[in-house]
Amino acid sequence: MGFQTVKFYQTGTFTVGNRLLAPDERSVQADENRSNSINSGHRACQGCGEALGARYAIDAAMAESNGQLIAANATGCLEVFSTPYPESSWQLPWIHSLFGNAPAVATGIAAAMKVKGRHEVRVVAQGGDGGTTDIGFGCLSGMFERNDDVLYICYDNEAYMNTGVQRSSATPPAARTATTMPVGSEPGNVFGQGKNVPEIAMAHNIPYVATATVADLRDLEYKVRKAMRLHGARYIQIFVPCPLGWGTASHDTIRMARLAKETGMFPVFEAEHGEVTGVVKIRHKVAIEEYLKPQKRFAHLFGKHAHPETIARLQAIADRNIRKYGLLDEGGNQDV
Amino acid sequence: MSKPFAITLKPGTSLANLTGTWRSERPVYLDRLPPCNNACPAGENIQGWLFHAESGDYEQAWRVLTESNPMPAVMGRVCYHPCENSCNRAQLDSAVGINSVERFLGDEAIKLGWKFAAPATTSGKKVLVVGAGPSGLSAAYHLARLGHQVEIQEAGPLSGGMMRFGIPKYRLPREVLDAEVQRILDLGVTLKLNTKVARIEQSMKEGNFDAAFLAVGAHIGKRTFIPAGDATKIVDAVSVLRSMEGEDKPMLGRRVVIYGGGNTAIDVARTAKRLGATEAIIVYRRTRDKMPAHDFEVEEALQEGVMIKWLSTIKQAGEGEITVEKMQLDDKGYPQPTGEYETLAADSVVLALGQDVDLSLLEGVPGLELKDGTVQVSSNMMTGHPGIFAGGDMVPSERTVTVAIGHGKKAARNIDAWLRGTVHQAEAKHELAEFQNLNTWYYSDAHQTVRPMLDIIRRQTSFDEVQGGLDETNALFEARRCLSCGNCFECDNCYGVCPDNAVIKLGPGKRFEFKYDYCKGCGLCVAECPCGAIKMVAEET
Ligand SMILES: Cc1cc2nc3c(=O)[nH]c(=O)nc-3n(C[C@H](O)[C@H](O)[C@H](O)COP(=O)(O)OP(=O)(O)OC[C@H]3O[C@@H](n4cnc5c(N)ncnc54)[C@H](O)[C@@H]3O)c2cc1C
Ligand SMILES: Cc1ncc(C[n+]2csc(CCOP(=O)(O)OP(=O)(O)O)c2C)c(N)n1
Ligand code: SF4
Ligand SMILES: [Mg+2]
Repeated sequence: MGFQTVKFYQTGTFTVGNRLLAPDERSVQADENRSNSINSGHRACQGCGEALGARYAIDAAMAESNGQLIAANATGCLEVFSTPYPESSWQLPWIHSLFGNAPAVATGIAAAMKVKGRHEVRVVAQGGDGGTTDIGFGCLSGMFERNDDVLYICYDNEAYMNTGVQRSSATPPAARTATTMPVGSEPGNVFGQGKNVPEIAMAHNIPYVATATVADLRDLEYKVRKAMRLHGARYIQIFVPCPLGWGTASHDTIRMARLAKETGMFPVFEAEHGEVTGVVKIRHKVAIEEYLKPQKRFAHLFGKHAHPETIARLQAIADRNIRKYGLLDEGGNQDV
Repeated sequence: MSKPFAITLKPGTSLANLTGTWRSERPVYLDRLPPCNNACPAGENIQGWLFHAESGDYEQAWRVLTESNPMPAVMGRVCYHPCENSCNRAQLDSAVGINSVERFLGDEAIKLGWKFAAPATTSGKKVLVVGAGPSGLSAAYHLARLGHQVEIQEAGPLSGGMMRFGIPKYRLPREVLDAEVQRILDLGVTLKLNTKVARIEQSMKEGNFDAAFLAVGAHIGKRTFIPAGDATKIVDAVSVLRSMEGEDKPMLGRRVVIYGGGNTAIDVARTAKRLGATEAIIVYRRTRDKMPAHDFEVEEALQEGVMIKWLSTIKQAGEGEITVEKMQLDDKGYPQPTGEYETLAADSVVLALGQDVDLSLLEGVPGLELKDGTVQVSSNMMTGHPGIFAGGDMVPSERTVTVAIGHGKKAARNIDAWLRGTVHQAEAKHELAEFQNLNTWYYSDAHQTVRPMLDIIRRQTSFDEVQGGLDETNALFEARRCLSCGNCFECDNCYGVCPDNAVIKLGPGKRFEFKYDYCKGCGLCVAECPCGAIKMVAEET
């Protein structure tokens, strides 16, 4: 079962903290002494979802591993904005090698720790969607297949953001990127291509696969902490809106993530050994337009030369997710 | 330097990079004025006391509440709660049951014997309060807490004014009223009963008072001419209700007609029912939506079997019956006679047509301005005569217990300033916390708790209290429905959602602070603050 929401304490577990909850029911992020794994002064854009998601995830992993954690990082925004030589924002041992080899580097660290008998030391690998679903994919699949003791975290902002918003295999259909221009009869990214890496990870029958968003901290922390209590290959994909690449306001990052989940566009679930064991239900269902409209990458679908049929196809994708994962409760609303 | 695990070389830190310079707008914390507070005639800090109730600290909640209003148990029963009508939560599911939580706190205080803190200082000044109704009692309470010596002179045999001699027991049990009055007197306030002030200036001189607050209410029942035979009993509503407090209950007969459409008419009709009337009929010249009485009161009266004849006026009263004329509303909504008549059986007619103020105690006082039978006061509650202040039903305003209590508080603060030769400066109002300022995603969905009602048979036959209170669990639940509009309730959202760790959490009760050296001005904290307690302001360029 997924993270249990606390039913009624004013804001319950919707907010980051809640003074009405017992201390052990509070989030890692609410702690005055959280590790702040990526510290202030990093060069991420205003309102960066990836910087936020990484702190949420790594702070939770640090809390679960008592600070005995090493991170291997793929090339990408997260690496570039956090660590321009000689500065770094990271507050844990952290290594960057290449764009495509982070899973292999992490595997090597885990093996070394095992040999040295340092069983308490845990390893995470992390990268963007490009680094994960495209260029690092071979290493990742190998890491899964060998069931190496690594938690791999993919920060999914749906394109190669660091080099200027190129399409990746995680870019959604119809979204405009620098390499999928809004021209022709079917503008933006194509339909029917791309990869669903959480499902591919499940197909490796690894102990744990989950998705999460920066809009639901408590669920995200629950999943990272749970993954850290398990051993073997684990995969979490975190949905992290990118104001620059999506053309959204910097203050809308969390709202966009919430809408992606509430529309069904990004299904939030967890799976153990290849089987879905929990989904986070939609709380207040919204139509896909509400999610698309604030994003400039979908602007060509609206306005004078609108593409209602494309919007309908995107809605159909969301509806399919809702059906497939059972994202709606009878009655549609999960709290009292 | 103690280095993190496995780090041997001191890394350069990104803290050297002050990203705050990127910013064109900065977030700032602020307290916005919650709409409930804004609507409260007694100036209660509702969101403020709910905050303490939310954590189960009922005594602290009660203490914050009573900084404005000394009578929460009374208020939690008789207030028409304009706060709930403007509560932002109404736009989400239903308003917070502020009134029921207030009553719970008031009842807890009585049960557990909470007392007001004694005044810290004494000023050596003496203030006369005329009338022990809500306005006079409120003024006395606030003046006493400000260190002044207060004497209340009250014409009647008991305190409370219309709270005792108007509002029926089934809405306000007298033990509740007595307990809250006593707690005010325990502050050292002197109450002289059966002491009617005939001439205010004389009473002030005799008692060496430095200032006076008048709150004599409006007690003279308005009359209208109804041609009537000797046999018909015509009485006025306030007299009927007042005699309910005496030994001899009013004799109204089996068929009672009440004339008027205000709350008083409703109270008399419901009282008549309880006294055994088989028929209690309200005759009102307009329609239900035009009735000044509150809809919930009309509803409760109808449930108890009170009947209402809309669009009717009384033309004549004869032996055992009256003649009513049907009315019709004209284009402007005024009732006009139709010439159609009807007779109704009636043993008595009760006039509930409003009350006038007895201003005789003011005769000969220079400087006063009287208008429409009320005393004019300026914004500091002072009449045209220096040192004489007035409030409640005798000054022009809405006539409710809550307004009366608010007047008492405001007058006390101004009297205090006046006695010290200064002018009271009310704090500037903060900007309003509007629904658009909130991010309601973060609140759990939860509907208002319904208060229990007495069973209908007992409502028709006894003066037992009709509406019950909440118990501890549902009072806590109800308090926690508050959205804390415009005021930080320490949910940690800003501290959590900042991608730049630019928010410092200062610890319980101390809220948060921005690290402007690193805040890039993305505005996520503002967007994700549930209660609208942060806003963006442009950086000076
Ligand atoms: C039947 C009825 C029901 C009501 N129900 C509600 C309700 O549910 N909720 C609500 O908010 N409001 C209600 N009201 C209105 C509310 O009771 C009044 O607005 C409020 O009591 C006014 O307070 P006050 O202090 O100005 O005057 P009062 O409460 O009228 O008190 C004035 C006091 O001054 C005394 N006094 C008068 N003259 C002198 C004198 N010369 N010397 C000394 N003492 C004097 C009187 O004896 C009295 O005790 C109701 C009113 C009536 C009549
Ligand atoms: C082998 C190789 N190819 C290309 C690059 C250039 N490059 C650096 S970061 C990046 C994009 C990263 O995209 P993604 O992994 O999605 O991470 P994001 O920046 O979006 O967080 C690219 C193409 C590189 N560093 N190495
Ligand atoms: S939700 Fe709370 S603060 Fe907001 S108006 Fe209602 S009672 Fe007042
Ligand atoms: Mg990316």
